[in-house]
Amino acid sequence: MSANVKTNWTGTRAWLRRMPMRRIVAATLLAMPAAALADSDNFVEAGRGRALVTAGDCVACHTAPGGKPFAGGLALQTPFGAIMTPNITPDNATGIGSWTADDFARAMHEGRRPNGTRLYPAFPYTYYTKVTRADSDAIFAYLRSLDPVSNSVDRNTLPFPFSIRSSMAVWNGMFFTAGEFKPDPNRSEEYNRGAYLVEGLGHCGACHTPLNALGANKADRYLQGGQIDSWTAPNITNDMQAGLGKWSVDDVVQYLKTGQARGVIASGPMKDVVENSTAKMPDADLKAMAVFLKDRGAAGGPAPTPVAASDGRMKVGEAIFVDTCAACHVRSGEGIARVFPKLAGATVVTQDDPASLIHIVITGGQAAATATHPTAPTMPSFGYRLNDEQIAAVVTYVRNSWGNAASPVAADAVKAIRGKVTGPAD
Amino acid sequence: MTRRLPRKDVVIVGLGWTGSIMALELCRAGLDVVAIERGPWRDTATDFNIGTAPDELRYAVRHDLFLRTRQETLTMRNNSSQTALPIRRWGSFLPGNGVGGAGSHWNGQTWRFLPDDFRIRSHMIERYGEGIMPEGHQIQDWPMSYDELEPFYDKFEYVAGISGKAGNIKGQIQPGGNPFEGARERDYPTPPMKQGYSQELFTKAAKELGLHPFPRPSANLSTGYTNPYGCSMAPCTYCGFCERFGCSNYSKSSPQTCVLPALVREPNFEARTECEVTKVKLSGDGKMATGVVYVDAIGEEWEQPADLVLLCAYGLFNVRLMLLSGIGKPYDPSTGEGVVGRNYAYQTGSGATAFFDNVNFNPFAAAGSLGAALDDYNSDNFDHGPHGFVGGASITNAYTNGRPIQYRPTPRGTPAWGSAWKKAVRETYQRVTNVGAQGSVMSYRANYLDLDPTYKDPLGRPLMRMTFDYQPNEIKMANWMAERCEAIAKAMGAKTTQINRLNTPWSTVPYQSTHNTGGTVTGNDPRTSVLNRYLQSWDVPNVFVMGASTFPQNAGYNPTGTVGALTYWALDAIQSKYLKSPGALVQQ
Repeated sequence: MSANVKTNWTGTRAWLRRMPMRRIVAATLLAMPAAALADSDNFVEAGRGRALVTAGDCVACHTAPGGKPFAGGLALQTPFGAIMTPNITPDNATGIGSWTADDFARAMHEGRRPNGTRLYPAFPYTYYTKVTRADSDAIFAYLRSLDPVSNSVDRNTLPFPFSIRSSMAVWNGMFFTAGEFKPDPNRSEEYNRGAYLVEGLGHCGACHTPLNALGANKADRYLQGGQIDSWTAPNITNDMQAGLGKWSVDDVVQYLKTGQARGVIASGPMKDVVENSTAKMPDADLKAMAVFLKDRGAAGGPAPTPVAASDGRMKVGEAIFVDTCAACHVRSGEGIARVFPKLAGATVVTQDDPASLIHIVITGGQAAATATHPTAPTMPSFGYRLNDEQIAAVVTYVRNSWGNAASPVAADAVKAIRGKVTGPAD
Repeated sequence: MTRRLPRKDVVIVGLGWTGSIMALELCRAGLDVVAIERGPWRDTATDFNIGTAPDELRYAVRHDLFLRTRQETLTMRNNSSQTALPIRRWGSFLPGNGVGGAGSHWNGQTWRFLPDDFRIRSHMIERYGEGIMPEGHQIQDWPMSYDELEPFYDKFEYVAGISGKAGNIKGQIQPGGNPFEGARERDYPTPPMKQGYSQELFTKAAKELGLHPFPRPSANLSTGYTNPYGCSMAPCTYCGFCERFGCSNYSKSSPQTCVLPALVREPNFEARTECEVTKVKLSGDGKMATGVVYVDAIGEEWEQPADLVLLCAYGLFNVRLMLLSGIGKPYDPSTGEGVVGRNYAYQTGSGATAFFDNVNFNPFAAAGSLGAALDDYNSDNFDHGPHGFVGGASITNAYTNGRPIQYRPTPRGTPAWGSAWKKAVRETYQRVTNVGAQGSVMSYRANYLDLDPTYKDPLGRPLMRMTFDYQPNEIKMANWMAERCEAIAKAMGAKTTQINRLNTPWSTVPYQSTHNTGGTVTGNDPRTSVLNRYLQSWDVPNVFVMGASTFPQNAGYNPTGTVGALTYWALDAIQSKYLKSPGALVQQ
């Protein structure tokens, strides 16, 4: 081992790995040989774009399971059929290698390809339209810096009549308002930064707002909770009952940064959002998002009356809970800090839509793993040994115990979700 | 044809406790690390799922987590006049396999050896004279002291979250803890487990006899805990599926719960599983390792060059790899020369079974390390003068499990099947307990490991041969301990007791202990040790060996606490000395 060289170089690598991204960009710039600096502005731009791509969680949709990052091919499930996500690496034939920054900005802002054909709003241009042109250019610069990956994706998988892309012109007329984000001069810079991230690149509303029959977010129920892939995306307004009303700004920041806060642990699609996106965002941006979410107002349904403990479903549910759930979640529903989520007082449990609870009991799931909380505990699957009635009972019990109150769950609701989240029986 | 892979800074053989700790810490020091593990990847979420983990038939009876003997086994004989035969079904000990290694399937009893254990030869001769040393012994002092290891014991205990009660903090004896233990800097990271009714009886009886009982230090955690690596654990549910099982509840300290969640996030770490290292490759002059050669799951052979080679497999297999690689001179019992394979030692088990009337001990509410213990008869905590043996034992009353297939205690003389057996099982299950003595085994010229002249593994390499039997010193010690155990059992109020003396000659068939030690021992003299005090090979300085094969002889405790402490001790030397100036850390 050439000891001295070794030690210096490994030291440098360790230092590089621990540095925040922005500083790495600057440091690398200084260390690069002059020849590589031909387009130095673009290098800075690409570094900024990388942070924005992280905030937008682009990798989540534009990567197939086991595929190369950003090379597309993930089947996004929509109410109208599956849409395969495109390759956004700079490959000329199969990616966006032939695009210009103007082409990219048009896709982001107007939902149109370079040839003018229309994209589906599964690509959330309804949110990305708020991204500034400068940020769009930075994202494009970063995507240009990736290694081109040749991966041809079938982009026309929707059935008729949704296969007619021009129909999106009508849809856009009904549900799409183009235009960059306009800060509110009466609000703080932090609030506006949060609004820009939540409403633009973060596209939080895409999941956390219910959809209408045409697949558009219901504007009057913005951020009041939605459903994605049979998981509940909870109310993230400041609503006291179902939303973030009891969470502090710090709680929200902790949740986004570590995947855990107030005994709740991110799982389902939010696990991916935390791991790929929010855990890697700067603290200041997380705080801005939290301030915006907490300050923009509260909205939600009326507080439900709890199902009485004497109800037959509650008694059955309690028996199942004691046998099957209490070893980890504890008899009092308090859970175990950082390992087994708290159910008592957890708003994800008492959303009007019980999809997440049903889903995780049937399939199990794994929590988010982050640098601060690397242990990603698992909820085992119980779909194999609890029938629809039993799951409905235990879920009803969890939703209405220890001070929780939420609508009871019927076996049919379990059956419907079971049909979507489990494969055909062996 | 062997294909050569790109060079790594560090190659680690085996991804259990020692390998995963080394990998994490060296990755964080900026090195590129690859761990090569011959078993499968295993993690809590997928492999130890609560729906399948407590399967006694699969794991305890059919040995799912253990090495398959068709892949590798040992040959065994009691002495060198016999012909050794291969162990075809594991019995006396159970070598692990796969990521986590024995750290996945252990019970979790996590001890520190006593200060006297580290200088047992000098201490015994100083106090009793040469005459007390047993015939044919090769007992030697450890090259480091308890005080030197203390910070590293502490480090391992805090990574593992051990539940216990300190008995001696900075020299101050603490009520309720073990008054004989070496001084520790601070208490255990988590409080002791809740004890059962049987342990209450044991504790009361032991105190009445003037002894000093305390709750046994446990890697089945009493509370939730987050360790310095950020890995989180949940409190034990006393389900009694620890030894031979992976823990589904994130409650048993293991590489899976304590290290791997942090390790897998390191970008410069790579694990290659189902790949078996066949030898450490040496430079032409044999003075440096250039890497390792391994065979992957489909039989392809690869060379992995590396600057630093860490042998972190189960102790016995580290010894074999050293023998197969030609590192260090093999031990020859006829001349007493050579070192690799020398000072193999094991553990004694003896005690007393206690039968009660009208009690319900509920043995199913158990955990691998639940129990009350006492150290009055361990190491040199008592006057050995009248007894004429060296060594001692930790004495424990515990239930590790009350599982339905294998926990079927019956009084001696009960038929092994039929209605009389059923009746005895019914009557005994709730009302029997055990006071056990886990004893030290000293090192002897006649007990050793070498390569078998006849039997080979599927890759054509000689199997390792184990030549071992209990010597008169151990038999005398263990049987004296059995009497101490019986006295305690009687004081607990047992209606009848049954004394369990040491089974001799040593047999591979009934399960006894997986605490195999020695073979690559650490020492200050290259004529009697394979490794220097930093667990570095005297002969090939870029090879370090971790694990219980480094123990000069065995103490009256489970080994893992000391294995963990030695790992952090060696790591400290690698980080603070070796990486700055690679080469021998101790001059010969």
